[in-house]
Amino acid sequence: MNKNLRKIIRQTNLLVGGGITLFVITVAVFAPVLAPFHPVDDSDLMVSEEPPGAPYYLGTDIQGRDILSRVIYGARISLAIGLVSQTLNTIIGVLFGLSAGFFGGWWDDFVMGLTNIMLSIPALVFALAIMALLGPGLINVFIAMGFTNWSFSCRITRSQALSAKNLDYVKAARALGYGRIRLMFTQILPNIIGPILIIGTLGVAWAILLEAALSFLGLGVQPPTPSWGGMLSTAREQLFTAPWISIFPGIAIFITVLGLNLLGDGLRDILDPHTQTQHS
Amino acid sequence: MFAYAVRRLLQFIPTILAISLIIFILLNVLPGNAALMSRGEQDTGTLTTEDIEEMKRDWGLDKPLWYRYAVYLKGLVTGDLGKSFLRREPVNQLLKERIWPTLKLAMTAMLIAICLGVPLGFYSALRQGRIADTITMIGAVSGVSMPQFWLGLLLMYFVSVKFQLLPPQGYGEGSIKHIVLPAFTLGIGYVGLLARTTRAAVVEILSLDYIRTARAKGLSELLINQKHVMRNALILILTTAGLQFGDLMAQTVIVEKLFSWPGLGSLLVDSIFQRDIPVTQGCILVIISTFLLVNLIVDLLYGVIDPRIRASYK
Repeated sequence: MNKNLRKIIRQTNLLVGGGITLFVITVAVFAPVLAPFHPVDDSDLMVSEEPPGAPYYLGTDIQGRDILSRVIYGARISLAIGLVSQTLNTIIGVLFGLSAGFFGGWWDDFVMGLTNIMLSIPALVFALAIMALLGPGLINVFIAMGFTNWSFSCRITRSQALSAKNLDYVKAARALGYGRIRLMFTQILPNIIGPILIIGTLGVAWAILLEAALSFLGLGVQPPTPSWGGMLSTAREQLFTAPWISIFPGIAIFITVLGLNLLGDGLRDILDPHTQTQHS
Repeated sequence: MFAYAVRRLLQFIPTILAISLIIFILLNVLPGNAALMSRGEQDTGTLTTEDIEEMKRDWGLDKPLWYRYAVYLKGLVTGDLGKSFLRREPVNQLLKERIWPTLKLAMTAMLIAICLGVPLGFYSALRQGRIADTITMIGAVSGVSMPQFWLGLLLMYFVSVKFQLLPPQGYGEGSIKHIVLPAFTLGIGYVGLLARTTRAAVVEILSLDYIRTARAKGLSELLINQKHVMRNALILILTTAGLQFGDLMAQTVIVEKLFSWPGLGSLLVDSIFQRDIPVTQGCILVIISTFLLVNLIVDLLYGVIDPRIRASYK
C-alpha cells in the first residue's frame, strides 16, 4: 500500500512537472497569438501603473505597457536562455567527460582538475566575471552561462564512461573492430542518456534562475526586451506605488522553474533506478 | 588525522593558485581601457595619448600580462591585493570593511537553513509517504524553485512596507532587526535543499541493516534516531551544507544588492560596473577562498564525526 502510494506521488512529479513545462513552452511558442498587446511597442503613458483589471489583466508598468503581454513574451527569453546555455553546457560536459573516462591518463587528470576548479568557483560569480568582461546582452548571457555549468554533466559522463568501458557490450563492439570515436558515440553515449537528461532538465531550471538574477543586477538581457528578471529589476523602484509589477514576473519564474525541477525529479525516478529510494 | 589535515591543507594551495590565474586572465583581457575608465567618462575627452600612456605606466598596465600576474601573485603571497583604480585605496582595506557584513549574512542564512531544513527533512523521512511528508516536500521543492530576489521583494513589501515590522533595507549598524529579512531571503532556498538532502539520507539509512539490528536489540526509536540515523545522516548533510556555502556566498551578491547591504557582494557588483578590476579580482578571490575554507573545515569535521574516516587516515 505504502509503496503504491509512493509510486503515485512519483508519477505525480513527472505529470505535474511535465504539464507545467509543456504549458510554458506553449505560451512561449504562441506568444504573439496569446498576448493581448505588444510587449514593447504598445506603451501608453496615459495608463502607466494601472492596477490589474480589464483590459490590462495583470496591470501595467511605469511605461504603460501591459504586464501580461510582457510576462508571456518573457517566457521566450527565459526558455531560450535556459535551453541554449544548458545545451552548450551539456555538449561541453559530455565531450570532456566521455573522452576523459574513455582515454584516461593525463587527459583524464587534466579534465578532472579543471572540473574541480570549475566546481569551486560559484557559477554566479563566474557568470558575473564573464558578464563584466563582455558587457550585458543576450548573446553574452548565453556565453557566460553556457560555459560555466558543465562540471556536473562532465563528472557524471566520466564516471559512466569509466564503468561502461569494461562492460561486455563495449568489449564486443571493440572486438568487432569499432574505432574509439565510434565506440564512444555509438556504444557508450546512448547508454548514459538518462542521467544526462536529468542533469540537463535541472540545469535549464537553474539557468533560468541565474539569468533572472543577472538581469536583476542589470547585467543580463537589456531593456526593453521583456525578460522576467529585468522586469523585476525595474519593478523594485515602484514597489511602494505599484507592487503588482513585482509580483507577476516572479510568479512566472517560480512556476517555470518549479515545473522543470519536478520534471527533473520525475525523470530521475523513472530513468535512474539507483536512486529509487531517494527523493532528492 | 594530523597527516590528513596537512594533506588537505596542501591541496588548497594549487587550487587557489589555479583559480587566481583563471580570474586574472579573464579580467585582464577586458576590452576597454581600465585606467581610462577609472577617471570617469566625463573627462576622458580631454585626455591626450600621452596622458593615457602615463596612466597606464602608473598602474603598470604597460607591462606584459605574465609580468603583471607575477606581480599580482607576489602581492597575493604578502597579502597585498593592489589598489583600487577608482578609489585609490588599497583593495585590502576595502575588503576588510566589507567582509564581516557578508560573513554575518551568509552564516545567519546558513544557520536558518540548517535549523529549519534538517528537522523538516528528518520529520518528513519518518512520515514517509504520508500527507505530512508530501506537504513538506512540496514546500521544499518550491523553496528551491523560488528566485531569491523575488522572495526578498515580496518580504520587503509585506513585512516592511505594509505592516512596517522590520526595516526594508540597510545595515543599521549591525542591528538584529536589519539582518532578519536579508538572511531569510538568502536562506529559504537552502532550507528546501537541506530538507530534501536530509530526507533522502534518512530514508536510505532507515532501510539499512544496522537499523534493523538496533530495532531487534530493542532500542527505543528515539535512541535509534539519535545515535544511528542522525549521526550517519550528518555526514551527507554537512557535505551538502559545505558545498552549498559557496553558492550561498555567491548569492549574497543579489541579496546584498537588493537590501543595500554593505558587503562584499554589493562591492563586487559596483566594481564590475565601474570596471575597477583590482577590486573585482579581490572580491571574487575572497568569496572563493571563503568557500574553499569552509569545505576544508567540513572535510576535517568528517574525521570528528565519522570514526571510519578517522581510521583510514591514521
